[in-house]
Amino acid sequence: MSNPASTAVGDTAARRDWMGLLARARPDQLAVLMPETPAHAFLRPPEVGAVMVRGRVGATGAPFNLGEMTITRCTLRLECGAVGHAHVQGRDKAHATRAAIIDALMQTDAAADLRARVLDPLARAETDRRQARAEKAAATKVEFFTMVRGEDK
Amino acid sequence: MTPEALTGGFADAPVQAARAFRAALDALSRPGVIHTVAGATPPAPLSVAAGVLLLTLADATTPVHLAGDHDCPALRDWITFHTGAPLVDAPSAAFAIGRWGALAPLSRFAIGTPDYPDRSATLIVEVDDLSATGAHLAGPGIKDHAHLSLPEVAAFRANRALFPQGCDFYLTCADRLAGLPRSTIVEAC
Amino acid sequence: MYVAVKGGERAIDNAHAWLAEERRGDPGVAELSVDQIREQLRLAVNRVMAEGSLYDPDLAALAIKQARGDLIEAVFLIRAYRTTLPRLGHSRPVDSAAMACIRRISATFKDAPGGQVLGPTFDYTHRLLDFKLLAEGAVPAAPASAATPGPVPHITGFLNRDGMIETDAPDETTPPDLTREPMELPASRQLRLQALTRGDEGFVLSMAYSTQRGYGRTHAFVGELRIGTVAVEMDIPELGFAVEIGEVELTECETVNQFKGSKSEPPQFTRGYGLVFGQSERKAIAMSLVDRALRWKELGEDFNGAPAQDEEFVLMHADNIQATGFLEHIKLPHYVDFQAELELVRRMRAEAMQMQEAAE
Repeated sequence: MSNPASTAVGDTAARRDWMGLLARARPDQLAVLMPETPAHAFLRPPEVGAVMVRGRVGATGAPFNLGEMTITRCTLRLECGAVGHAHVQGRDKAHATRAAIIDALMQTDAAADLRARVLDPLARAETDRRQARAEKAAATKVEFFTMVRGEDK
Repeated sequence: MTPEALTGGFADAPVQAARAFRAALDALSRPGVIHTVAGATPPAPLSVAAGVLLLTLADATTPVHLAGDHDCPALRDWITFHTGAPLVDAPSAAFAIGRWGALAPLSRFAIGTPDYPDRSATLIVEVDDLSATGAHLAGPGIKDHAHLSLPEVAAFRANRALFPQGCDFYLTCADRLAGLPRSTIVEAC
Repeated sequence: MYVAVKGGERAIDNAHAWLAEERRGDPGVAELSVDQIREQLRLAVNRVMAEGSLYDPDLAALAIKQARGDLIEAVFLIRAYRTTLPRLGHSRPVDSAAMACIRRISATFKDAPGGQVLGPTFDYTHRLLDFKLLAEGAVPAAPASAATPGPVPHITGFLNRDGMIETDAPDETTPPDLTREPMELPASRQLRLQALTRGDEGFVLSMAYSTQRGYGRTHAFVGELRIGTVAVEMDIPELGFAVEIGEVELTECETVNQFKGSKSEPPQFTRGYGLVFGQSERKAIAMSLVDRALRWKELGEDFNGAPAQDEEFVLMHADNIQATGFLEHIKLPHYVDFQAELELVRRMRAEAMQMQEAAE
């Protein structure tokens, strides 16, 4: 299935990135960065549901059902005609609505402004969070005295 | 996915789906009674009533078969977006939609098993005319008798003979629908 | 047999009111917030998410508060809630090799590339009560070292190079789902893993322990245990591509088990697998031992009659909501059943006494 809107944006990878970032964003943080909600019409009003998360047998084999997670999805259209989709983690309908609005706006002239004002700060906050945990984990790495590094490439 | 595929769903799903479900339930409980439903505006050639039935009854766990002209990209996308139902061939379908001629032969559809007669298909038959005239209906849910404009009689008699297995039917025309469960005895008028 | 009994309504209402009051406890003590439970009782939250089979830390924390800390009751609340949610789809299988690990240890390879990362573990605490926690106080920040977040390879992968360990070939079959179809035995390994990951931690732990004590022995080592977050991706039909819909914290355990070989397989190491929502390492290790014990048939091993080898025994008794439902229902009114038994025992006694008198 092709999506004229996404081909207009030209870069599926970029859209995947911002949709993922919005899905993982903390709703309160997103609301601070994007307080306004431009006029929109819902094509699929915000809906809370569950997605079955799958793992793989032995990490590499056949898929199995691990358990569900809550998500909220939403599809809307802005007055300019741009359509935005959102599937975000959790049960926050305002979060899903905002994410869909941003997805729609990112396909318009507002993209550059929105990237600087909303997406970049979100990405920075996420990178900082991840970096802090990685650094704490690194501090708990065991340094064996007998250890020879590099033999295993 | 075409932009049209994204429109025409329920605006207030909990309320509209509940009303539509009541109509769908009543239609099968009282064969021959015609109900008017609202809330869906699907792409052609799907009728409003068939669209309402799909939005209400279909989801990712109910495979849907589109027969004949109904098997078109606009409708496939609309059903995928609004219901998440997988689109399948006739034998795997929980729901099948099409005009009477396109759905035939009915032997393609699941009729359930003796242990699980519920594992059968429900057919949504799009008709040009739906009125309480024509074929004679009797059986559960019908006081004395009822009439319904069926596309034919023989197929429904054959389906009744499979009871408790067999298919169930909705007949849809514009925003109106009627039900014909496998328990109904159909005779020519 | 059950009979409808009327008349308890006022008593029930009052019981509920008192339950709410007892849940709150002494009003002179500050009320516990859901945020506090989610942040400070995180392992309880994890357990409720794993056994409730729904990843949502806020809901799990709320359930714990409502259940007054009774985790099985909290799991029950989560299971009930999840039935109200429409199923919007399924994710692509999560890629645990791409996990952002906060903990990653191996009992088999000291010098594993990527190193042994202890993470926030209880392992080296002395299990002495810390009376300092009686007082509230700020916790100093944990030390940090330079790091670049990124995936670390699975340790058991290094055994694959020599064909020393069995590998699970990629496969894209749709897995069975016991939340949609009643569990049918014999169960595939996929179905068994689903049942185990949502099974009761205590039950799975005991089953695993029994294999270590000799009931279905599998000689397990922890090849790798890792905890961290993974991205969850789902295909979105209206987009035509997959997007990340969030991330979840998981614990994964791969055991390495000695295997003498069979008619079809050479001697090598085999694996048991555990994957659980949240930071739940006891459960993940236990799950991988039980998974391995249940694989006796496909590996051509002997059935020793051990409980952990008995699929029916393990899978049908692992779910604590099923178990508690059936167990606790016997406290509900069974007046008619018991009346019938009372009659029966009276009659038997009368007959026995008559026979005794006749004999005398």
